Amino acid sequence: MLLGLKQVWGLLLEVVYAVLHGSWKVSDIVAQIYQIGVRSQSVVMVTGAFTGLVLTAQTYFQFHKFGMDTLTLAVNSVAMCSELGPVLAALMVAGRVGAAMAAELGTMRVSEQIDALRTLNTHPVDYLVLPRVAATTIAMPVLVCEAVAVGIFGGYTLGVYGLGIDPIYSWANMVNMTHVKDLMTGIIKGFFFGGLISFTGCYKGLFCKNGAQGVGEATTDTVVISSIGILMLNFCLTLILSKIL
Amino acid sequence: MIKVSGLHKSFGTQHVLQGVDMEIQTGEAAIIVGRSGGGKSVLLKHITGLIQPDQGQVFINGVDISHLEERELLKIRRDMAVMFQGAALFDSMSVGENVGFYLQREGKMTTGEIEKKVAETLELVDLNGMQHKWPSDLSGGMKKRVGLARAIIHNPSIVFYDEPTAGLDPVVSDSIDHLIRRICDIRQVTTVVITHDMRTVRTVGEKVYMLVNGKIYLTATPDELFASQDPVVYKFVNGISDSEDVLS
Ligand SMILES: Nc1ncnc2c1ncn2[C@@H]1O[C@H](COP(=O)(O)OP(=O)(O)OP(=O)(O)O)[C@@H](O)[C@H]1O
Ligand SMILES: [Mg+2]
Repeated sequence: MLLGLKQVWGLLLEVVYAVLHGSWKVSDIVAQIYQIGVRSQSVVMVTGAFTGLVLTAQTYFQFHKFGMDTLTLAVNSVAMCSELGPVLAALMVAGRVGAAMAAELGTMRVSEQIDALRTLNTHPVDYLVLPRVAATTIAMPVLVCEAVAVGIFGGYTLGVYGLGIDPIYSWANMVNMTHVKDLMTGIIKGFFFGGLISFTGCYKGLFCKNGAQGVGEATTDTVVISSIGILMLNFCLTLILSKIL
Repeated sequence: MIKVSGLHKSFGTQHVLQGVDMEIQTGEAAIIVGRSGGGKSVLLKHITGLIQPDQGQVFINGVDISHLEERELLKIRRDMAVMFQGAALFDSMSVGENVGFYLQREGKMTTGEIEKKVAETLELVDLNGMQHKWPSDLSGGMKKRVGLARAIIHNPSIVFYDEPTAGLDPVVSDSIDHLIRRICDIRQVTTVVITHDMRTVRTVGEKVYMLVNGKIYLTATPDELFASQDPVVYKFVNGISDSEDVLS
């Protein structure tokens, strides 16, 4: 446990050092943004869409009892922006990207490819960790925005065309009640979640042990740790951001 | 010059290196032999700074590298190359990208120049035109040769080979041995070869270090090694197992 914390701290310092003085290349980061960001879009959008749909439907069923139909979309939009968009998108990315990072780096570790890198004038943090952490941290806020947009659009479509909510009032309420602050909350969360997922995946992969089984464990650990981490961090961020934004 | 003094390393309760002392002169072709699992690869990883020792020092050209930071080590390793026992090719890259990796990272050459150099180096190891294959599509022996090409492409002044000929047919083994010898001669490269192959010892070696029970048991020329009447050495060279070994 103590050794683990020391390793985490060490890797964190290395990443910071690498950002400032390492020999990383923009092209590596761009390649990772494609791998991580662009290729996660479909998964994240489907998640956003169905979350928006079900949230709108459920909210409508309850609100309809009190005749508050036109507030349905406002609830959907606020919830999507500040909580559900970032959290669910991040959970999906943790499963897709975090796990893949741990598996890839873990395999490289156990097959001595990391050692080979180190003999080829390349620091593993510069070449493997930093591009992944940077790319995920950059891509995650964008993915959050996509999830939110699709979720709101889905909710609007279902509400107006499926459930027959009045579009004009709904729209006005939605725009009135959703503040820039809500969207900012989501984006800032996405930024932190991206860092958390990629750092966990890289850490677990780099310090992976015991061959194929170890790689499996690193992958599982990454998903579990980053998922729980996302939920806990989300709670903290909600409290903090509500104070400062 | 490479100097190792009093090197100890344990993994858990297993005491793999128990005080290794050796000195390899610049330009020398040194061979490290020893039983399988005896710690040769571990010793190599210490000399290249990939592992830190529990005790003892490793000096490369007079610099103690045993407790250097990774970024300091990278500078020292620029002059070194390692061919790994398991080839350790990057499996997400083609053969050409693997071989050209060092030059590409260094960023001093244009893509065209790198491609040319890659083609030349692949030719050296008898793998002409394999640039576009993937490591997973190669045989074990081919992987090793790609590993060799990747190691020597930047003209390092110290090259480590971990079992360069294991798993290769006798003809290719012989050509690899001669290649290693030639690189050593032409470029005055300090060469360290780990091997079980007595023919490599004969072809490449100038000095042989035998690792037994975590210590250097013998330092000798190849001729002295083959002529040795010491029972441990004799059995190793001639591949005779102890009867107790068989039973246990
Ligand atoms: N990272 C490690 N963790 C734990 N034990 C290790 C590690 N690396 C090596 N060992 C142990 O150290 C011993 C020596 O291993 P090493 O790979 O150096 O053997 P070797 O002499 O190269 O053998 P071979 O000729 O078969 O390649 C082995 O018993 C191995 O189990
Ligand atoms: Mg070995």
